[in-house]
Amino acid sequence: MIGRLANPTRFLRLSQAATPWCAWSAALLIAAGLYLAFFVSPADYQQGDAVRIMYVHVPSAYMAMFGYAVMAIAAAVGLVWRHPLAHIAAREAAPIGACFTAICLMTGSLWGKPMWGTWWVWDARLTSVLILFFLYLGYIALANAFDEPTRGERAAAILALVGAVNVPIIKFSVDWWNTLHQSSSIMKLSGPSMPPSMLAPLGLMALGFTLMFITVLFVRMKATLLSRRVRALQIAAARA
Amino acid sequence: MTEFLNMGGYAGYVWPAYGIAALVLIALVWDSLRGLRASERDLAEAEKTAPRRRAREGVR
Repeated sequence: MIGRLANPTRFLRLSQAATPWCAWSAALLIAAGLYLAFFVSPADYQQGDAVRIMYVHVPSAYMAMFGYAVMAIAAAVGLVWRHPLAHIAAREAAPIGACFTAICLMTGSLWGKPMWGTWWVWDARLTSVLILFFLYLGYIALANAFDEPTRGERAAAILALVGAVNVPIIKFSVDWWNTLHQSSSIMKLSGPSMPPSMLAPLGLMALGFTLMFITVLFVRMKATLLSRRVRALQIAAARA
Repeated sequence: MTEFLNMGGYAGYVWPAYGIAALVLIALVWDSLRGLRASERDLAEAEKTAPRRRAREGVR
């Protein structure tokens, strides 16, 4: 399966067929999620309407970690099987993940100010997510540091893998250390401690963001694959 | 409507949060589509100057 998909031409054909479906489902899911978030879900009994920030903050936090996982797994596949498509996937997942991490940090700040009384604290959860953001930036800088696009791939992939240790640290930071950030309300052994009217918009937004991630990843990977083709043609023309 | 926009007094936090998210995501999509357009243009150009090479020979 992976072997078959790893052929760039076949990948392009399949991803191109899937892209419009992913894009429209993402748009519909996000629209439905926003509708529920603003018009159906209740204001929190303690936080009032500020709780609505949750419906963009939590899904983008999830995407920040999901994006890093995609990037690290693709980097590992690229390192082990030396397949160019995997390196391209990792490279193009990075800016998408970085965008969601930036959204997570900024919306968190806007939520923290009215609820905690501060825009920022240097506690475990916030600091580890900030480190995640810098890992993304470091990866992007390293992957693009060479004129020959495939040159930085392996070094960047190793950085992505080393940084992956940060992902479980983020997840468990709220349990391991004292922090202002609340602990998990959804992924709990006892089931989510949240009413369905809040879970529904959260789930729709998360799913919509995931499909948006896939859509943008496919678009960016196509752009990179085409530019590699251009490069191959130019090198061939220069040799001829 | 005013009540909705007021967000129970949290308008100054709720709307900027969604505004920033929308801005970042729109910029991301715009940048990605722009990159794709540029690559498609470059490829068309390169195939014009090197017509004997089939595009299918691909990325390796």
